Amino acid sequence: MSKENVISKKEPFARMVKRDHISVGKAWAIRLIAVALSLVVAALVIVAITKQNPIEVYLGIIDGAVGSNRRIWVTIREMMVLLCIAIGLTPAFKMKFWNIGAEGQILMGGTAAAAMMIYFGEKMPNWLLLVVIFVVSGLAGLIWGVIPAIFKAYFNTNETLFTLMLNYVAMQIVTFCIVFWENPSGSNTVGIINAATKGGWFPTIFGNAYTLNVIIVLIITLVVYIYMKYSKQGYEISVVGESQNTARYAGIDVKKVIIRTMMISGAICGIAGAVIVSGASHTISTSTAGGRGFTAIIVAWMSKFNPLAMILVSGFLVFMQQGSIQVASQFGLNENASDIITGILLFFLIGCEFFINYKLEFRKKGEK
Amino acid sequence: METGNAIELKGVTKRFGDVIANDNVNLTVRKGEILSILGENGSGKTTLMNMLSGIYFPDEGEVYVDGKEVTIRSPKDSFALGIGMIHQHFKLINILTAAENIILGLPGKEKLNMKQVEKEIRELTEQYGFDLNPSQKIYDMSVSQKQTVEIVKVLYRGADILILDEPTAVLTPQETEKLFAVLRNMRKAGKSIIIITHKLNEVLELSDRVAVLRKGKYIDTVETAKATVESLTEMMVGEKVKLDINRTEPVGAEKRIEMRGITCKNKEGLKVLTEASFTAYSGEILGVAGISGSGQKELLESVAGLQPIESGEILYFSPEGTTEKISEMKAEDIKNLGITLSFVPEDRLGMGLVGSMDLTDNMMIRSYKEGRHFFADRKSPKKLAEDIVEKLDVVTPGVDTPVSRLSGGNVQKILVGREIASNPTVLMVAYPVRGLDINSSYTIYNLLNDQKKKGVAVICVGEDLDVLLELCDKILVLNSGKVAGIVDARTTTKEKLGLMMTGLTEDKNE
Amino acid sequence: MTLLLTFIQKAIGQGVAILFGASGEIVTEKSGNLNLGIPGIMYMGGIAGLMGAFFYEKSTETPNGAIGVLVSLLCSLIASALGGLIYSFLTITLRANQNVVGLALTTFGVGFGNFFGGSISKLAGGVGQISVQTTAAAYRTTIPGLSKIPVIGTLFFSYGFLTYLSVIVAVVMTYFLKKTRRGLNLRAVGESPATADAAGINVSKYKYVATVTGAAIAGLGGLYFVMEYLGGTWSNNGFGDRGWLAIALVILALWNPDHAIWGSFVFGGLYILYIYLPGLNRATQELVKMLPYVVTIIVLIITSKRNKQENQPPASLGEAYFREDR
Repeated sequence: MSKENVISKKEPFARMVKRDHISVGKAWAIRLIAVALSLVVAALVIVAITKQNPIEVYLGIIDGAVGSNRRIWVTIREMMVLLCIAIGLTPAFKMKFWNIGAEGQILMGGTAAAAMMIYFGEKMPNWLLLVVIFVVSGLAGLIWGVIPAIFKAYFNTNETLFTLMLNYVAMQIVTFCIVFWENPSGSNTVGIINAATKGGWFPTIFGNAYTLNVIIVLIITLVVYIYMKYSKQGYEISVVGESQNTARYAGIDVKKVIIRTMMISGAICGIAGAVIVSGASHTISTSTAGGRGFTAIIVAWMSKFNPLAMILVSGFLVFMQQGSIQVASQFGLNENASDIITGILLFFLIGCEFFINYKLEFRKKGEK
Repeated sequence: METGNAIELKGVTKRFGDVIANDNVNLTVRKGEILSILGENGSGKTTLMNMLSGIYFPDEGEVYVDGKEVTIRSPKDSFALGIGMIHQHFKLINILTAAENIILGLPGKEKLNMKQVEKEIRELTEQYGFDLNPSQKIYDMSVSQKQTVEIVKVLYRGADILILDEPTAVLTPQETEKLFAVLRNMRKAGKSIIIITHKLNEVLELSDRVAVLRKGKYIDTVETAKATVESLTEMMVGEKVKLDINRTEPVGAEKRIEMRGITCKNKEGLKVLTEASFTAYSGEILGVAGISGSGQKELLESVAGLQPIESGEILYFSPEGTTEKISEMKAEDIKNLGITLSFVPEDRLGMGLVGSMDLTDNMMIRSYKEGRHFFADRKSPKKLAEDIVEKLDVVTPGVDTPVSRLSGGNVQKILVGREIASNPTVLMVAYPVRGLDINSSYTIYNLLNDQKKKGVAVICVGEDLDVLLELCDKILVLNSGKVAGIVDARTTTKEKLGLMMTGLTEDKNE
Repeated sequence: MTLLLTFIQKAIGQGVAILFGASGEIVTEKSGNLNLGIPGIMYMGGIAGLMGAFFYEKSTETPNGAIGVLVSLLCSLIASALGGLIYSFLTITLRANQNVVGLALTTFGVGFGNFFGGSISKLAGGVGQISVQTTAAAYRTTIPGLSKIPVIGTLFFSYGFLTYLSVIVAVVMTYFLKKTRRGLNLRAVGESPATADAAGINVSKYKYVATVTGAAIAGLGGLYFVMEYLGGTWSNNGFGDRGWLAIALVILALWNPDHAIWGSFVFGGLYILYIYLPGLNRATQELVKMLPYVVTIIVLIITSKRNKQENQPPASLGEAYFREDR
């Protein structure tokens, strides 16, 4: 390049500048715009596929998500599951431990719950069985979470891949168990467990089957929030997450914190598995977690680990998913449409953070 | 010698958010001269030069090179104009060789011919008298070798205008002399050289003219021949400052810390500290000098209980007369014994503080474990943060502001303030004034001297030998992990320290 | 003997998709982008190729294999490059967190694949399973003559052209990274974008090109799977976790595409070992299926104690670059 080339070049039209701070209102306005845009794009996609009037499609989505009492409760149930996983992941991610093994931890918890239902379904009172289910599934998730943590702490083994691989090991454990639990035999599925006795099912409270789901998840949310914000252990997690050097300097036993935090994270994800199996599906399969372990990461991350934001984000995502599943089935399309919609919404929500952290600035010519 | 201006800046302004880093700066660089840009830390010297090297883009103003207006949008444009910058934090890639780093980003035949490149580099290094092995990997190099690579990289690109950002900060006095000789050679060859510095003696020794910046504003450019240390300081700081550090004689020195034959290894298994021994006394400031990476960090961290030790022992003598062996103890165990060792590490926001946390939470780093409660106490840390802000004049919107938002000087005040607040018997500080302006620096020196007067054993790792000579009572010199000697700061000279740092003489008189 | 031959042949067949994915991810990671969206992108590449071939075969009475191959190849490359472009735009231009974007992209891509795989025939007004026999047959064509040689023919010449392409891509990429100027520049971008930038390298351009190219290459893995492995049809979630194994392989191959070649074949072997091990029942088969993951974990643990500087991941992996960051 010669010097002349440089001289003749145009100045950049606009530049990106990091914002120092942004008002809460402005930040939420940007997020709302992103949500609106994502809805428009999602609508275009749905219209392109179904060739229907977009307004009708959205009415269909609303109807699908909250159109009847039953649908409202299914949406709430799914939202609680997603929230529970996101809350479970929060301590790990706050520590910058990339636990993408929630799927596996959920499956292990779910398998443990299923096992308890199958083997003890008629042998103990339901309240006791439920307590056993929570303890055992929490333990199963805890074990699945603590294994990669131990290796991370002592050998600095990459936790992202380790937890990921454990997801598939967990899936194989599920298929292994299905061989023994098959019902009816030859179906290669477990079927509805204890369909007649409802042993190990969440009881109906205030006339609703999912009340207990809501209660449990909200309690977990509150406890984790207080733990992270006010306890000494929560403080340790934040310091380790920000800088391991500072943690050592502060006299924090980093290994211990990593292991302890992943025990908590894994256990909550395990309990989420129990909520799914005992409280909703009453069966177990390799798709019990259904990718929610991954979606929850994004929910937790985008909410900046703020529980209130997590409730909003998971509510929005589940609303759209349930709605689009309904719309898809109306047109005889398969339910994977909801993954496409989720993907589009996430792209916009992730992308809009840029406009919260940066702004564009236009150059003024200096005057002398 | 050529005449005319190589570079001219007119009314250049650059903002970062609400901070104005450069405010309407005018500057000229003549052909074939060495121009010093002098200013305190934070006065905007580096930002200004980064606009010439294409890293930043000015918000306002015009840039002329060889009399023509230019627009420098990227480092590539800058190279094309013959401008090359040697950054303070070297921009080199560790896992590549010197030659690979030098040709990075250059146009040429797609298939690499490293032999040819290395031959060209050898020719260039011989011409200017550098010592460089082109096929050596960067991670195997010393700091001064890395700097050589940076300079050769710029020359290989055919730069006529060289910008060096604080080039002597990491060099020994002898290496500095060598660098200056090379720079004078280049001036003879007709190149223009800009050197960013805050060291006045270097300005006076090397440059033809001095341009002074203060708080982002351009003050003036003067001929070096007509300038003095005093006049330049006044231009730089804006007021007359007393540059003396008030050093008192140590009173009632007692043994506080004794290190005996400590050896440490790093992650790669290399020895970073070999058989190091020293004694630190109460009421004294013990300076630690050495080329960066000679084991300073490990020396302090092994006392603080943060560094695993291979062999040797460290003893602590309490004011009450008891003796504890603190080697093989972790920071927490030492604290549990009731020993208050305070430590201001080199990496302030990466070790001493957490940048994203607010002042209160940063106070908690030292105190959060207190009490048996499951929940952490935030009331007394908040009180402490407020006290420090008031006593040390910390400029901050409040105690709930993340510390990374504060300026370097305020960050350091918070860190030192917290460490002193625990009434330590031993205070260790690493590079306490790095990146601070003169006034903040003197605040810190005074704090260290106050601690000394209170009978604290102060250990201070520094890089500016002039300051160490004025501040400390004794100076320990490190040379590649070994203690080269401990000398009396009142009688030794800078040259002697420099020789000890490079291992050319050994001096053991304690 | 025959059993062993078949095993090796099938292992290589299993490995090809993983190799494409790993090669694509390596060139992406060399630019400092950790693209966890690769599994989704491979789904996109697979379904797009299948759809292209499907609509082509549907549009004409006598479909031609060669045209089918071209159409599907093009569709696959475009779709997966588009996936890479979404990732690049969000992470490079908008500086979003790479892991989060990657996971979202995988959710999107897998859904994209399964949705169209399950709905395409209905959308096109037909019924039943889609299948593109002519095109698939073209993909499965082996080298005439050579493939008939006993043993050697089975071992080396019994594959469709994508298998050879996967090895060629890996070899060419190794050469590119080690011996060329652009390869050097790309490595510099992944190690330290600030350094590369100061040396006059257009960091964003390199990141974009590497990520989009990497995605396109990875997408071929999905195409291989639907065309040659499944024979031109779709099965929901049939591709499974091969995309994730590809990402794991990158680490095990220490970011060298040539190591990924044999690594992918070993993975392929582990994947199907349960079929060939004698004396397994249904339950123990499921346990043997854990092997690829367990082996990955073990190798991961062993390699986490590496000391050599050259064997570390690209130093800036996972971080967004902003020139004016201070």
